[in-house]
Amino acid sequence: MTNPTRAFLEGGHALAEAAIQAGCRFYCGYPMTPSTEVLEYMARRMPEVGGVCVNVEAELEGINMVWGATGAGVRSMIASTTNGMALMQESLSEMVVGRIPAVIVNMGRGQGDYFMCTRGGGHGSNRCIVLAPWTAQEAVGTAYRAFYLAEKWRHPVMIFGDFILSHTSETVTFGAPADATGPLPEKDWATDGARGRAPRLLTSLGMKIPEAPDGTPLPDGQTRTDVTAPMRMAVRRHEAIAAEEVRVESEGLDDAELVVTAFGVPARFARYAAKLAREDGMKIGFVRPYTLVPFPEGRFREVAARGVPIAVFENNAGQMVQDVRLAVEGRTPVHFIGGISMDSSGFGVGPEIDALHILQRLREVYAARSAA
Amino acid sequence: MANELQKVFTRSPLLGTDTHSLCPGCGEPTAIRVLMENVEEMEERENAICVLGIGCYTAFASLMEVDCQQAMHGRAPAQATGVKRVLPDRLVFTLQGDGDMVTEGIQEIIHAAARGEKITAICLNNATFGETGGHMTATSVVGQKSKSTLDGRDPDVHGHPIRLPEMLRDLDGVAYVARGTVHTPVGAKKTKKLLRAALETQRRGLGFSLVEILTMCPTGWFVPTADGPRFQEENILPVFGVGELKRPAEL
Repeated sequence: MTNPTRAFLEGGHALAEAAIQAGCRFYCGYPMTPSTEVLEYMARRMPEVGGVCVNVEAELEGINMVWGATGAGVRSMIASTTNGMALMQESLSEMVVGRIPAVIVNMGRGQGDYFMCTRGGGHGSNRCIVLAPWTAQEAVGTAYRAFYLAEKWRHPVMIFGDFILSHTSETVTFGAPADATGPLPEKDWATDGARGRAPRLLTSLGMKIPEAPDGTPLPDGQTRTDVTAPMRMAVRRHEAIAAEEVRVESEGLDDAELVVTAFGVPARFARYAAKLAREDGMKIGFVRPYTLVPFPEGRFREVAARGVPIAVFENNAGQMVQDVRLAVEGRTPVHFIGGISMDSSGFGVGPEIDALHILQRLREVYAARSAA
Repeated sequence: MANELQKVFTRSPLLGTDTHSLCPGCGEPTAIRVLMENVEEMEERENAICVLGIGCYTAFASLMEVDCQQAMHGRAPAQATGVKRVLPDRLVFTLQGDGDMVTEGIQEIIHAAARGEKITAICLNNATFGETGGHMTATSVVGQKSKSTLDGRDPDVHGHPIRLPEMLRDLDGVAYVARGTVHTPVGAKKTKKLLRAALETQRRGLGFSLVEILTMCPTGWFVPTADGPRFQEENILPVFGVGELKRPAEL
C-alpha cells in the first residue's frame, strides 16, 4: 500500500503508521494487550517499506535489538505494555547514558507506570524524554516528534499511552508537526562499519576525555578514560531538555478557583468534567502535561503563586500527584482525586474513567477549597 | 638476500597499541588477536561491527580497530541481531564471556541461534567470573574452587557446567559450531581457523555461527600465572572438548 495521508484507525495502528512515515525501519515487539496491535500493524507494513519487524522472544531481547539497530544508524522502535516495560528497564537506563536515540512505546494498563516511565525505571539517575498523547491524532504527531527529539538530543524517547488510546478508532491525518521538522545533527556516532573513516565505539561505559580529574588539560593530546563523564553529560542533557522541550496545554486558568490536571486519555474526561463544572458555575481550570519528562513544573508554579488549589486525576494510586506537589512546594493544596480504575481484565478501563465521576470529585474539592 | 632477516610475524593493524588492563597469563588477548587477524585477512575492516558484552574483554573495545558497540551483560546476541537485520551485508560478531553468554544471557544466545541470525557469536570461556575476581559461572567445572564455591563446585549444591556449543548444535538455525583453546601456540593457530570458518559461514549467509574459545584465567583460578596452561589441560579440557561440532557442507 502507499503511504496513507488520512485514515480512520485505532490509536495503536495510527501511531505505527506514523512511525513508518517518520522513517522507522526496525521494529520489534512481544505481543501483550494493549500494545499487540502495534506489532500486528508493523508485521504487515514493515516489509512493504523495506523495513524489519521481529516478533521477539522477550521484551528484554527486544529493547536490546532496538539498541543495536539504532546504534547502526537506523530509526527503530519497540512497543510494549506495563510488565513488558518493566523487563526493559536496565537497558533503558543505560541507553540514556549511552545516548541511544530509540523510540519506546508503552501502551500501559491504566496509568500505574507513571513512576516507571518518568523515573527512568532502572538504575542510575537517568530519564527518557516522556510524551503522553491523549488522542489518536496526537499519537500520530507524537511518533514523528519522538524520533525528532530522540535524534535532536541523542536521547531515548518514550511514548506513554493506554488501552483507550491504543484501541479507540479516530480519523487521523499524517505528516510531521511543525516542531518535529528541520535539520538534525549528523549521526557521527553510528556504528555501521568504518568505511573510509576511523572506527567508532558506541558505549555507555565511559569515554576518553582530554582532562585530569581536577579539570586540567592533559599534555600532548593525551586522553584518559572517565567512567563518570557519560553520567555527568546525561545530567546536563536532562537540564537542557527541561529548558527547551516542556509542552503543556491549559484552559481557563485566568479566573480559576480550582485547577484540575490529568495526562493522556483520562485528561479528555477531566477536561470535559471541568467544562461541565463551568456550566454549573464552578470556576475550574484545566492543565494537561504532554511532556511528563520534562515535567511542566512552571505551569503549576504559576497556579500555586495565585493560591489556587490543584486536583490531580490519574488512573493509578497517585503518582503524577507527587510531581505536582514537588512543583508547587507546599504553596497551594494539592488533592488527589484519581485512583486505580480497572475492568475485569485489568486493562485500565474502569468505571472511574468517567466525566460525571470526576465532576463529583471536583464538586467535593471545590466546596472545601475555602476551608483549606 | 640471504643475510637479510625476513619479517615473519607482526601485530595486526586492527589491534590498537594502547596498554590494556588484563592480567598476565590471561588467554583473552590471544583470542582477540587471532580474531582480528582473521578480520584483517578477510579484508573486512570497513565492514565489521563487533558487539561486546560485559567482562574483562570489554576493555578491548577501544583497542579493536573496527566499529564496536557495547551491550548490557548477556544481551549482545540481541543487540547484534538488531545491527545485522538493518545492515545485512556487514560482518557482525559478538564478543562475550562465559558469564555473559552462558550465565546471564543464555536466553539471548539460544533464541539468536534458533532464529538462525547470520551473526557470529564468540564466547571467551574461562570458566570463571574473572572481572569480579573469581566467582562461579555456568561453565565452572565440578570441583573448581572460586570465591563463591569455596570447597569447589559441588553438583548437588551448584549444579553442573553447561556445554553451550553442544546444546546449540542441534538447532536448525545453527550452521557452524566449534570450540577452540588458546593455551598453546598450536591451539591458538587452530582457533584462528575455527574463527575463520565461522566468519565465512556468516559471510556466505549460511546461518548462525558460534565459536567458544577456552581462555586461561590464572587470576580467577587462583593459580600462579605460569600454571594457567597446565590448569587448563588438567581441569578444563577434559570437560570441554575442542574441535568442530557442526560445519556446513557448503563451507
